[in-house]
Amino acid sequence: MEHVELFFKSIFIDNMVFATFLGMCSYLAVSKKVSTAVGLGAAVIFVLAVTVPINWLLDQYILKDGALIWLGEEYASYDLSFLSFILFIATIATMVQLVEIVVEKFSPSLYNSLGIFLPLIAVNCAILGGSLFMQSREIETLGLALNYGISSGIGWFLAILAIAAIREKIRYSNVPAPLRGLGITFIITGLMAIGFMSFGGMLTGGDEDTSSLEGNPENLGIQTEQIQNENTEAVKAVEVSTITKQ
Amino acid sequence: MGLLSKKDSKLILDPLADNNPITIQVLGICSALAITAQLKASIVMAISVLAVMGIGNVVISLMRNVIPSKIRIIVQLVVVASLVIVVDQVLKAFAYSLSKELSVFIGLIITNCIIMGRFEAFALANGPWRSFLDGIGNAAGYGLILVIVGFFRELLGSGTLLGYQVLGDPITKTGLYAIGYENNGFMLLSPMALIIVGLIIWVQRARNKDLIEE
Repeated sequence: MEHVELFFKSIFIDNMVFATFLGMCSYLAVSKKVSTAVGLGAAVIFVLAVTVPINWLLDQYILKDGALIWLGEEYASYDLSFLSFILFIATIATMVQLVEIVVEKFSPSLYNSLGIFLPLIAVNCAILGGSLFMQSREIETLGLALNYGISSGIGWFLAILAIAAIREKIRYSNVPAPLRGLGITFIITGLMAIGFMSFGGMLTGGDEDTSSLEGNPENLGIQTEQIQNENTEAVKAVEVSTITKQ
Repeated sequence: MGLLSKKDSKLILDPLADNNPITIQVLGICSALAITAQLKASIVMAISVLAVMGIGNVVISLMRNVIPSKIRIIVQLVVVASLVIVVDQVLKAFAYSLSKELSVFIGLIITNCIIMGRFEAFALANGPWRSFLDGIGNAAGYGLILVIVGFFRELLGSGTLLGYQVLGDPITKTGLYAIGYENNGFMLLSPMALIIVGLIIWVQRARNKDLIEE
């Protein structure tokens, strides 16, 4: 159940592109054609599925506060978490290189379709973002970390597939000249993100939405908290105004 | 301009408008938009990127003749990652609550495409001083968009700027709120950042017809 929940949550609610804007550069640059978008999306799923579990292991056994205890008692007080950026990015860069070599050797046809995208991926924010969110959300087991990697990859894949399909169609529409290309893509992405926000109530059924937010504020980010504050302020304001009217 | 020659000042001024990294080159949007709900966070993010890019460009430029071209991506990543760690530690030490708010997005400066893009395109081929100017210019162009987006989102979304209530108090109904103005909570949601950037692109390209895409 935990797995199913995380799976759907990472794809729809915490979608990499629409909720956190990760991987926007390649999302905007490579979404002109559906076929290339599929290639890049597949590569992202693949690399996320490899790097998130590896970084989870690194985090658990090297970086976390007290993680070095398996070396002996005297290492228990070390907190190396400040090194996580450099270690994560090094893992990602090496894994991408390794994946590239392995794929080239064993499946030249896959290499031909993924090949050009693999080097791009090392600097894709979605990959590093996946690892950093894995760390900050304190994912508990290796299985969940693998699940998180794959499902956020799928979320990213869905997003780039959808925008590529829309961009192929929108070529035939009469968009105002200054908005053509990049401008309209930004606005469409914004509208799609608004659409994806409606998935927010999916796991809770909508009723206990606020309680789950309070219990787990990290997941939905700073903005939702602010909106909540905003809402309470608005409610207060309405109350004040009704009182004054009476 | 005694300090900067004409060519040098072009390095700084070009990225601010006609060659802006976000609206024209489409780089570095990733880590930027999620944190622009407040002006303060946007400014801190802009300054962090400015520091990382200015120093990083100089470092890469100094090392450009000794980096083997095959492993240059990894060398660049290591340089950025070390600088970002410094920025992160400084923020944690002097502005802890803000660094909590920015959470993973400071770390994501590492994969900010502007930084890698400028390393590749400029610092690997130019001397340290020019690279420094180029880094500062591009980071400023990036920061400019961030601050504009942050300004509108905070002003229209919560009626404040840098935390000060500039439009009056929404609860006691002073200032603009007295005549029935309401905050638009929608501006605080992340999709609005994208739409605002889209509008900025629209305005910019409407003013400068050369930038229009076919």
